[in-house]
Amino acid sequence: MKRAFPIFAVLTAALLSYGLYEALVVAPTEQTMGDVQRIFYYHVPSAWTAFTLFFLNLVASVWYLIRRNSKADALALAAAEVGVVFCTVVLVTGPIWARPVWGIWWTWDLRLTLTLVLWLIYVSYLMLRRFSTSGQTPVLAAVLAVLGALDVPLVYFSIWFFRTQHPQPVIGGGGSIDPRMLHVLLINWAAFSCFAALVCWSRYHLEVLSREVEETRALESLLGAGSPR
Amino acid sequence: MSTGITRATLAKDLRLEWRSKDAINSMLFFALLVVVIFSFSFDPTAEESRRIAGGLVWVAFLFAAVVALNQTWARELRNQVLDAYRVSPAPPNSLFLAKALGNFIFVTVLEALMTPLFIVFYNLRALGPAYQLLIVSVLGTWALVVNGTFFAAMSLHTRSREIMLPLLLFPITIPALLAMVEATGAILTGEFSARFWIVLLAAYDVVFTMASLFLFELVLQAE
Repeated sequence: MKRAFPIFAVLTAALLSYGLYEALVVAPTEQTMGDVQRIFYYHVPSAWTAFTLFFLNLVASVWYLIRRNSKADALALAAAEVGVVFCTVVLVTGPIWARPVWGIWWTWDLRLTLTLVLWLIYVSYLMLRRFSTSGQTPVLAAVLAVLGALDVPLVYFSIWFFRTQHPQPVIGGGGSIDPRMLHVLLINWAAFSCFAALVCWSRYHLEVLSREVEETRALESLLGAGSPR
Repeated sequence: MSTGITRATLAKDLRLEWRSKDAINSMLFFALLVVVIFSFSFDPTAEESRRIAGGLVWVAFLFAAVVALNQTWARELRNQVLDAYRVSPAPPNSLFLAKALGNFIFVTVLEALMTPLFIVFYNLRALGPAYQLLIVSVLGTWALVVNGTFFAAMSLHTRSREIMLPLLLFPITIPALLAMVEATGAILTGEFSARFWIVLLAAYDVVFTMASLFLFELVLQAE
């Protein structure tokens, strides 16, 4: 495992640079939007990665509630943290792209709003973990993750209806995507997923280690208190 | 679930509140302040106010409810009452139900007292079916208190717990809040039907009531 990490890191770096090259040079320029459309190769893969990580957080949280496995909790924490970072990237690149193309920074569109609400829920999840003084923070966090997941379909339907009765936002027509663009998108998606997995891996490892250190320290202080110096 | 324990706890909370009137007084004054501040910071005409009243009313109630919700469990920390609950064989979800019902009653009383004020300050008159406002307020209030009671218990074991409750409650209640605001707006303006929002609120209530009753034991046992 320890040897696999640097190899994986190098592979991810290579894939990311290949993805960057493909997105900036190889991919065809979009007809109406021009070069600004290239942000698409970062915006969309980040979104997919963030959603995957939030899903991973849910699975790990449920796993923790069933099995009380401390590693599942460390994984949930790592997935939530990295997911929030990717979600932030989505929410920042979105307006940068929207401004020149739609003429507005933000609109209460279904996907935008859903992403924002997810971001808010997961930030509150991280806040809870940070502020909790309970010895059972993982349980509370896992419960919050489950409630957050229950909330997602309700948010979806509410925004969907909210938007259908108000004027539709100005969105560049859908239509099909150029196969070359799809190719670049998929490469970038693979690169971002690898990058997310890499960061999650090291964050997870760090969390497990820091817990071990904490346990050892607690044990040492217990033993130290027992024996007279 | 045990209705006896729910009834006993609810009766105890109501008696406590009746004698001290802490929650209701602080909520009322807070909501009054919000109404007054909103009223002169927007200064709307009757037509405009019909459109924005849904948002103003529910935001005021949400903020005021947080004041009461924060006291729900904090009250039990004195004299280690919460520890007594933990070791008692009483089912945790009946305790939760009692607390949620108690908060529901407090917030409903608040709404009953504040609604006339809103009508006076904003010159409100419903152009749609007014009876639906009653349904919306019952479902909406339950949505607020069921989540609020749950998250208040969750934030009990955090630093600066008074701040933590809204941080947990607001993101999750976004769909419910949107539904309440839109339904109220729809009924007041009479421009479109509020049926979808009422159904959504009911679905929200069912989902989160079940989830809270099911998961509350975990939260109560977490010290």
